[in-house]
Amino acid sequence: MRFISDISHKRVPCYRVLDDDGELMTHTNHVQVSKEMAVRMYSEMVTLQTMDNIFYEVQRQGRISFYLTSMGEEAINIASAAALSSDDIILPQYREPGVLLWRGFTLQQFAHQCFGNTNDFGKGRQMPIHYGSNKHNYFTVSSPIATQLPQAVGAAYSLKMDGKSACAVTFCGDGATSEGDFHAGMNFAAVMEAPVIFIIRNNGWAISTPVEDQFRSDGIVVKGQAYGIWSIRVDGNDALAVYSAVHTAREIAIKEQRPVLIEALSYRVGHHSTSDDSTKYRPIDEIEYWKMERSPVNRFKRWVERNGWWSEKDELELRSSVRKQLMHAIQVAEKAQKPPLEDLFTDVYDQLSSNLEEQERLLRKDIEKHPKDYPSDVPL
Amino acid sequence: MLGVIRNKSIRHTFSNFRHFSSPAKQMTVRDALNSALDEEMSADPKVGEYQGAYKISKGLLEKYGPERVRDTPITEAGFTGIGVGAAYYGLKPVVEFMTFNFSMQAIDHIINSAAKSNYMSAGQISVPIVFRGPNGAAAGVGAQHSHCYASWYGSCPGLKVLAPYSSEDARGLLKAAIRDPDPVVFLENELLYGESFPVSAEVLDSSFCLPIGKAKIEKEGKDVTITAFSKMVGFALKAAEILEKEGISAEVINLRSIRPLDRSTINASVRKTNRLVTVEEGFPQHGVGAEICTSVIEESFGYLDAPVERIAGADVPMPYAANLERLAVPQVEDIVRAAKRACHRSVPMAAAA
Repeated sequence: MRFISDISHKRVPCYRVLDDDGELMTHTNHVQVSKEMAVRMYSEMVTLQTMDNIFYEVQRQGRISFYLTSMGEEAINIASAAALSSDDIILPQYREPGVLLWRGFTLQQFAHQCFGNTNDFGKGRQMPIHYGSNKHNYFTVSSPIATQLPQAVGAAYSLKMDGKSACAVTFCGDGATSEGDFHAGMNFAAVMEAPVIFIIRNNGWAISTPVEDQFRSDGIVVKGQAYGIWSIRVDGNDALAVYSAVHTAREIAIKEQRPVLIEALSYRVGHHSTSDDSTKYRPIDEIEYWKMERSPVNRFKRWVERNGWWSEKDELELRSSVRKQLMHAIQVAEKAQKPPLEDLFTDVYDQLSSNLEEQERLLRKDIEKHPKDYPSDVPL
Repeated sequence: MLGVIRNKSIRHTFSNFRHFSSPAKQMTVRDALNSALDEEMSADPKVGEYQGAYKISKGLLEKYGPERVRDTPITEAGFTGIGVGAAYYGLKPVVEFMTFNFSMQAIDHIINSAAKSNYMSAGQISVPIVFRGPNGAAAGVGAQHSHCYASWYGSCPGLKVLAPYSSEDARGLLKAAIRDPDPVVFLENELLYGESFPVSAEVLDSSFCLPIGKAKIEKEGKDVTITAFSKMVGFALKAAEILEKEGISAEVINLRSIRPLDRSTINASVRKTNRLVTVEEGFPQHGVGAEICTSVIEESFGYLDAPVERIAGADVPMPYAANLERLAVPQVEDIVRAAKRACHRSVPMAAAA
């Protein structure tokens, strides 16, 4: 008689391509990245970082109600997006705006959404960072944790039924793996042989809960096998490793019509959101170490520089240009008209229902009669 | 699958489903639902059915294959989640709950995702999905198989909520639900599956469809309006027969649609009869009857000649023991007494036993 022990003596290895100094590691395979691709990846990582810094400040100034950064996870965001095709459909959690950035959602659109103005694709219906764009095959961010996982399996099943050469890709964090929907999603993906990639950002913290209090397994990668899913653990702060893993996972998912799980190890450098102060529950040294020593942006930069593809001049130009674009975008978004009254009622249903028509009519009548009782910033 | 095994032990309590072969163009609700699903799946290759425990989807697996009629692992949040995701991306899933009680394990997908996504995405993500299955009290199955969720789902914007009574309703409303671009909660009744109803040639035609949001006046009357949905429509009709013999002419409204609620049909009827009795099997507080009552108070208060009477299930989780169970759900006699009270005030207002 032999019980399987709770944990194997050897931890599942972590796939890496670049070492901490951005040097290519020996004895490691990876998918080649061209100069053009590498420069674009680096530029987008810097853009994401800059956007996070500025929007975070804008929230601190009280100009938007909420913000949430992806700091420390720029490589997972950008390198995964770079490895996918624009036909692949994304069901994000909320710490993956870089995927949308990569796909061409403009800084102005990000700003419009955060300010909830009439130019926002979501008509100002969702709190900041809950971006969504059909055009970019990026589903609107949904707040409840992990519901996007089984939903991604359903979307992948739809792709499978249509025989499309694309996959569904869904993201979540380490905390989400404790939700029932994580397990439902994994099991259904395996049973339905759905072309879906689960990218789990294991960033050490689920708001204030450290991974040690989240699960007792060897991380998340081992959970895939239990469900019959191909899985890999990857260094999430190594852009080349993330790129290679996602690129290969995509081939497996589409060619073999089966799910793949990627556990990307990283660290949440920012607070969970602007509603959180993470210095209350973790040492500042730890945050600083990951912010400076282990930064995925710096590591990738060293590799790009070493290849002679990037100079200090390029760096200054990029940072200054992104900053300017953002300041302009924020000014425009802040001044833009707020959503009109009719948008309170549209899209509850495909067609406006008669009771909503009536509510709108009564509301307009009341505003006309008692204008002082209503806000003046609602275009009628 | 636990769900199916459990279902087999329950099925004998309602299985008198042999009426469908009777000659006078009769059809069981089960066959009405099955044929509606069959026709819609045949008309649109995007329509698919997930799960299936009560033989409503009988024959569909053989006909359309396992890719479109999926047996799934028994995880409500899982098969509801994949249904919603498939609806987000081009398919038109019909998700079956073995009973709506178990939809509670998946309610986040129904409310937070299906009902809200079109609004939150500003029309970028439509969710053409149907959640269907038996709802409300069956017989001898206790608290966790007997709950009516009409008012729960009925309170939620973004959803449409339908409750068929007859075979005509079942066919016409299910087809309407599948064709509708919005998410629809389709509340069936286990005890009605085996019941037969006469059906016209029009109802049997594959183009037959009923409008969502329109109630049906099952029986015209002039003294009192009785609103009901699902199985309670049959009870209301029986009560109306009894009342007729005593000289009271009751108008019976089959709501068919809980959301949108056909307020105009209800109010027009009350303005004619000046009296209202609402009937439902669900709990009284914040129930469908409460909403109807509010609508009538708001729009037709001046027409009422008597206080509104509200018949509902007892305000307790359903007991299993048959004698207590009978006391916990509305009976025909309860409706008769309430209608008489509304008309004559000759029966005391004590709580209906």
